[in-house]
Amino acid sequence: MPDAPGLELIRGEIDRDHPGAVLATSYDRAQAALIADPAQILDVLDWLKEQPGHRYDFLSSLHAADYLPNQPRFGVHYELINRDRVERIRVKAMLEDATPAGGADLGDHHSPNASGGGAKSGSGPAGHAPGLPEIDSCVELFPTANAQEREVFDFFGIVFRGHPNLTRILLPDDYVGWPQRRDFPVGGEPVTFTYSEQRYD
Amino acid sequence: MTEPNREAEMGMSTDLLETPPGSALAEYDGADDLDREIMTINIGPHHPATHGVLRLVVDLEGELVRELRPVIGYVHTGIEKSCEDKSYWKVIPFVERMDYVSYFFQMEAYCGAVERLIDLEIPPRAKYLRTLFLELNRIHSHLVWLGTTALDLGAISMLWYCFRERDKILDLFEMATGQRMHTRYFQVGGVIEDIPLGFEAKCRAFAEEMPIRVGQYQDLLDRNEVFLSRTKGTGIVSRERLLELGVTGPLLRAAGDPWDLRKAFDYLAYPEMDFKIPVGTVGDNYDRYRVRVAEMVESARIVEQCLDALPEGPFIADDRKYVLPPRSELSTSMESLIHHFKLVTEGYRVAPGEVYYSIEGPRGELGCFVLADGSAKPARVHYRDPSFVNLQAFREMAVGGYVADMIASLGMLDPILGGVDR
Repeated sequence: MPDAPGLELIRGEIDRDHPGAVLATSYDRAQAALIADPAQILDVLDWLKEQPGHRYDFLSSLHAADYLPNQPRFGVHYELINRDRVERIRVKAMLEDATPAGGADLGDHHSPNASGGGAKSGSGPAGHAPGLPEIDSCVELFPTANAQEREVFDFFGIVFRGHPNLTRILLPDDYVGWPQRRDFPVGGEPVTFTYSEQRYD
Repeated sequence: MTEPNREAEMGMSTDLLETPPGSALAEYDGADDLDREIMTINIGPHHPATHGVLRLVVDLEGELVRELRPVIGYVHTGIEKSCEDKSYWKVIPFVERMDYVSYFFQMEAYCGAVERLIDLEIPPRAKYLRTLFLELNRIHSHLVWLGTTALDLGAISMLWYCFRERDKILDLFEMATGQRMHTRYFQVGGVIEDIPLGFEAKCRAFAEEMPIRVGQYQDLLDRNEVFLSRTKGTGIVSRERLLELGVTGPLLRAAGDPWDLRKAFDYLAYPEMDFKIPVGTVGDNYDRYRVRVAEMVESARIVEQCLDALPEGPFIADDRKYVLPPRSELSTSMESLIHHFKLVTEGYRVAPGEVYYSIEGPRGELGCFVLADGSAKPARVHYRDPSFVNLQAFREMAVGGYVADMIASLGMLDPILGGVDR
């Protein structure tokens, strides 16, 4: 881990090459994080990967979290390692929830404008309901992100622009909803036993 | 591709074989095309050679794999989602069941992450005990791998020998924790109980015996013509490509990269341990086998060192806000009773924050991300499972090789589908 001053130095250096790409830094519980502008996430990742003297070139994990009720709501986390200096750094991109207030996530596929076809952004892959948060895919930079971005899409409904095959990976293809969002209920499905079969049929 | 035996192996129509030469059927000019035809077949999801519920959609040209798509998700149980609804200490038995072969590692990743969230230092004895059980678990995991993979390659006796030693490890687990699998032994703050009387001697005997057993496995396999020809030179992926694909653990080390989180990062008692990182040279299936087998010996050495240097003292931290008071205090101390009641009913609250903590699992980097929102339940528990990430390299190991080599590569990849699907 770079320490807190080291993190500020990295931020300053990125700021020279990509002004405004790093919105903030956080140094919490001995873990260093850069909070990046989601629009420039690839610039930040590419800089960290290629910059001589830094070379955070191993993406060990990509995952997301839902910070409801905070805004911006979703965080996409990139855990990078510099294997020469044995240092970790986390890059975080915070995404606004694009669904209108009160819009249930369960209804994403059924919402009336779902057939509108990418009203928010034409670059999103076809078939994804509009109103999902979007961020650029880093599969070109880190091929390992392929399955992990699919997993994030599967569970949070975050669309990665430019991902070669953004489909559900663990859940069935016809599943509706984004289960890891905090407003998705934890409750289970009613189990059909022989005596209760009639009721649920 | 004219030898008749070859066609019989490939399960082609038998009338071609039975047709006498010179007959009309033999001159059927589509006969040559049969080899070049791309055939898509489905392997799994229920197949012993897929090491779990993994489905492979494979495009074959004759016996050559031209394209391969792993389909996963058959044992997705939503553990990460369920954890949102459990207080911090109730999550431990849940996460153990993700990767069901390396349960101690799952526990350590989670407990370590929560300890970092609440800034709780664990006592030295707990560090050593955890290291001890992690390394026993690593041997256990590699034994399951060796037995089943050798079975895939036709060496059935390896399964019995490996499971014989595995049973000894499970006996040790049972002795110390009361359970053979899914032990729930690690707690936030340390371990739940001290090791019992007689454990040390039994464990030491095992650690002394294990390298001898590993030598016997090597005697069985290293000069076995079938095993060698099926593993040497198959499933090679370059070190650079493995790094791009995020592959860690024995697969990466077999390609010659000595990357091991136990050495790289400072956690538990590993800085005090003296052990080597086995690496391979070519990165083929044989190197993967050699690296894992050598790791078993190193793990046995770590187990011995843990027993030698096991410090005296408490086995769990003393912070009553997070750690259950000893049972004996409950009948005499009101304070302890209150703490016990609070911890068991509500659990403890964790200040908002997030931690990613990763350890070296038997298959590579096992990371746990915990997000706390100030309540008594984690807002998100995510596992970076090495099997899930490593599986991405499987396509490149298998494409261009024979189906039989694909099965060997899958065994050497050692995915645990419970961990892949979570």
